[in-house]
Amino acid sequence: MAAGSVESMATDATRPMFDTDELVINMGPQHPATHGVLRVVLKLDGETVVDADVVIGYLHRGIEKLSENRDWTQIILLTDRMDYVAAATNNLAYCETVEKLLSLEVPRRARYFRTILAELQRIASHLVWLGSHAMDIGAVTVFLYCLRERELVLDLFEEYCGARLTYNAMRVGGLPLDVPPGWDRRVLQFCDVLLEKMVEYETLLTQNRIWLERTRDVGVISGPAAVAIGLSGPLLRASGIPRDIRKDEPYAAYGEFTFDIPVGTRGDTYDRYLVRLEEFRQSVRIIRQAIEGLPEGPVIGKVPRLIKPPAGETYHANEAPKGELGFFIASDGKSTSPYRLRVRPPSFCNLQGLPQLVRGHLVADVIALIGTIDIVLGEVDR
Amino acid sequence: MGEAIAFYTLSALILLFAILVISVRNTVHSVLFLVANFLFVAALYVLLGAQFLAMIQVLVYAGGIVVLYLFVVMLVKLKQPETHRDPQRRSRLGLALALAVLAEFVVIALYGFVTPAPAGAARPTDAALAVHNVQEIGWALYTDFLVPFEVASILLLVAMIGAIVLARRGM
Amino acid sequence: MIELIVFPLLKIVFILTGVLVAVMYMVLLERKVQAWIQVRLGPMRVGPHGLLQPVADVLKLFVKEDITPTRADKYVYTAAPIIVLVPALIAFAVIPFGSEVHLFGVEIPLYLTDINVGLLYIISVASLGVYGIILGGWSSNSKYPLLGSLRASAQLISYEVAVVMTLIVVVLLAGSLSMVGIVEAQLASGVWFGFVQPLALLIYVVGALAETNRAPFDMPEAEQELVAGFHTEYSGMRFALFFLAEYTNMIVVSSVAVTIFFGGWLRPFPNVAALGFLDLVPGFVWFVGKTFFVLYLFLWIRATFPRYRYDQLMRLGWKVLIPLAIANIVVTGAVKVLL
Repeated sequence: MAAGSVESMATDATRPMFDTDELVINMGPQHPATHGVLRVVLKLDGETVVDADVVIGYLHRGIEKLSENRDWTQIILLTDRMDYVAAATNNLAYCETVEKLLSLEVPRRARYFRTILAELQRIASHLVWLGSHAMDIGAVTVFLYCLRERELVLDLFEEYCGARLTYNAMRVGGLPLDVPPGWDRRVLQFCDVLLEKMVEYETLLTQNRIWLERTRDVGVISGPAAVAIGLSGPLLRASGIPRDIRKDEPYAAYGEFTFDIPVGTRGDTYDRYLVRLEEFRQSVRIIRQAIEGLPEGPVIGKVPRLIKPPAGETYHANEAPKGELGFFIASDGKSTSPYRLRVRPPSFCNLQGLPQLVRGHLVADVIALIGTIDIVLGEVDR
Repeated sequence: MGEAIAFYTLSALILLFAILVISVRNTVHSVLFLVANFLFVAALYVLLGAQFLAMIQVLVYAGGIVVLYLFVVMLVKLKQPETHRDPQRRSRLGLALALAVLAEFVVIALYGFVTPAPAGAARPTDAALAVHNVQEIGWALYTDFLVPFEVASILLLVAMIGAIVLARRGM
Repeated sequence: MIELIVFPLLKIVFILTGVLVAVMYMVLLERKVQAWIQVRLGPMRVGPHGLLQPVADVLKLFVKEDITPTRADKYVYTAAPIIVLVPALIAFAVIPFGSEVHLFGVEIPLYLTDINVGLLYIISVASLGVYGIILGGWSSNSKYPLLGSLRASAQLISYEVAVVMTLIVVVLLAGSLSMVGIVEAQLASGVWFGFVQPLALLIYVVGALAETNRAPFDMPEAEQELVAGFHTEYSGMRFALFFLAEYTNMIVVSSVAVTIFFGGWLRPFPNVAALGFLDLVPGFVWFVGKTFFVLYLFLWIRATFPRYRYDQLMRLGWKVLIPLAIANIVVTGAVKVLL
C-alpha cells in the first residue's frame, strides 16, 4: 500500500507524481510487544524495514557501579535483578567467577544441586520466551499454557529458597540451603509433566501452517555473520555453530552428564524455535541424571568468614538460557568490594544483531524478530 | 398513487445528492454524497421492479467502485479541502458541453414521445419478473445480449491487467 | 392492514432486541471461551459466573468521556461507527430463523421478509460496511489509523470476492437467491449443502474470518502491531459501536453460513422419517443451536492460531481462495449440467 510505488508512473521524469519519503517510526519504549522498555526506531520504505536503530537504557539501574560499594555476598542480590526471568543463572555465574578468583573448591553435592537449579531456570526462561514469542505472533493460548508450567518451576523454587523471582539462591562456595525433603521427587514429577505438556505446544505450533509462514526464513543469519556480531546461545546454535559453554568449558557439574546440543541449519526464526524446544528436552535429561546421581555431602565449601579475593582479575562465563553470560571481576586485594565488576549480558550482545536481522523484512516481522532474540531488558540495561 | 409519491421523493433526493456531490468543497464528503446518490438510485430500481439490478447497484457501484474512489482520494495527497480554482465556477467550455448534453436529452425525450414503442420484443410480465427476476435477466444476458456481455468482460479484464501493469512499473 | 404494519414492526423489535442482546453476550462468551481454553476462568465477579459482565461493560462505555480529536472531521467521525453498525443490523431482515409459527390463529413466518434476491441483499449490505472502517480511520486525522483502516478495508474487499464466489455455488445448487428458497432446496434434496460442497464451506469460513477481521486475519486490530488500528482514536460509545458491529457481523456471517450450508432451521436428515422425533425441537432452536456452533468455531480458531502477516493474508485471498472458488464454480456448473 505504499504510495511510493507509483512514483515512476509519471512520464515527467523531473517531478514524481507522489512524494516518497522514508517513514521513520518509533516503537516503544512503551509497547506491548517489546518485552520491556525497549525503543526501536525503524526506518521504513513502505512496509519494508530499511534500517533499525535500537535505543536502550530505560532500565539502567547502575548495577555495575553499585556493586563497587557492596561486599561480595551482597552483590548476589544485585545479580538477581539482571535477567530476572532466570535469576539463579546470574547468581551462579557471579558466584563461580568469585570462586575462580578465590580458587575455591565447591563440594560435589553443591555442584550437582547448582546444575539442577540452572537447568530448571533454563526451562523457566524458555517457557517465558515461548509464551511471549507465540503471543506476539498471535497464538495467545500458548502463552498461558507456558505460564502454567512455569508456575510449577516457581513453586519448586519457592519451596527451596522462599522466593519466586529473585532467588538469591547461591553463595560463594555453594548454596545457602540444602535440598528440601522430597524436593527431588517433585522435580522428577515436574519433568514428566513438562514433557507431557510439550506435546501440546508442539501440536499448536510446530506444524502449524501459519506459524511456519511467520517464522520460516524470517531473520536468517548465517553462522559466520552470527559469530562476527557476537551472538551467543540459541541464536548462534540455530545458525549452525555448535558452541555451548556447558560442553566447551564445563562449569558446575556439567562435565559429568551426557546431553546433546541442538544445532540448527538455516538460522531463521523457525530454527531458533526448534533449537530452544529441543533444549527443553535436554534440560530434562540433565536434571534427571543430576537427581539420580545427587551425592551426599555439604552444600557449601570452606569459605572464609570475610571474602577477600587476592588482587587480580578474571572472567568466567555461563551458558545462560539466553546465551553466554559472563562476569569480569577485578579485585584489588584490599577492600571487601570488587574494584570493577563488568557483566557481559547475552541479551545486550544479541540485541546488537537486531538491525541486521530486521533489514529487508516487513514491519510485522520486527515483533517476531525481537521475540526470537529473547531479550530481557534488565540484562540489557543493568 | 403511492408509487408516484415514492418516485418523486426518490428523484428529488437523487438530484439533491447529485448537486451536493459537485458543490461540496471537501472531496471525501463529495464521494460520500455520491454513495448516497447511488443508494437512492438502487431504491428507484426496486420501484421499477428490477430487484436484482438494485442489489447489484449497491454491491458493485456503491460497495465496490466508490470504495476505490475513496481509496484514491485518501491516498493521494490532495490539498484539503480541494478548492476550486475558478471561484466563479463558470467556464465557457463547461457551459457549452452542458448545453450540448441538454440538447441531446431533449431530442431523445421528444423522439421517445413521438415514436411508438416497438411491438415485437416479448417482455415478461411484471408478475413473472417479481419472482424470477434473476432468471429473466440471466436468459436475456446470455442469449440476446451475449456479445455485449462478453465484450464488457474483456474490457474489464484489460482494465484490471492494465492497472496492475501500471502499478508494477513502480516497483 | 395490521399484517402490513404491526407484524413487521413487532418482528423488527424482536429481531433487533434479540440481536443486540446476543451481541452483548457474545462479548462475554468470547471472553469465557477464550479463558477456558487458556486454562483460566474469565470474568467471574459481576453476577454469577460473570453473567452480568456485559451490563457492566455497556454502562462503562456509556459514561465514558466522549473525545473527539480536534482536527477530526466531526460529522464523518460520528458517522463512521454508525455506518459500520447499520448494514450489519439490517442484514437480519432476510435471515430466516424458522419456518412458521401459529400464533393468535395466524401463520407468522419467522423471518422479517423473504425477498427474491435475499442472498444478494446480504452481500450488498455487507459491502457497505467497509465505508465505516475507511471513514473511521480517515476521520481520526492521523496517519496511522488511516493506513490501518485502508489495510483493513483492502482485506475486506479482497475476501469479499472469494466469499461471493462460494455463494454462487450454493445458488447453483439451490436454483434461487432467496434465503428461504435455499433452505427449502436443502429440504427438497434431503441433504445440507455443507456436505455437498465442503470446499465451498471451507472457503466461506476462511473468507468469513477475514471479512469480520477475526483471527487469524485480525492484523489490523492487533495490539501488538505497529500501524495502529482504525479505531485508535475512538473511545466511549463510538468505540462500543465499532465493537458491536464486529460481533454483529460475526453473527450475520454465522447465520448465513447456517442457512446456506447447514440447512437453516431444518433438523438433521430432514427427509428421513425415522428421525421424526427430532421434530419435537422447533426449527428456531435448531437454527440458534447451529449458529452458536459456528460462532464457537470462530472463537475456537481465535484462541488457537497465530496471526497471518498482512501480505501473506492478501496472498492467501487472491492466489489461493479465489482460484479455488472459481474452480469450484466451474466443476459444480459442469456437474449440474451433465447430470
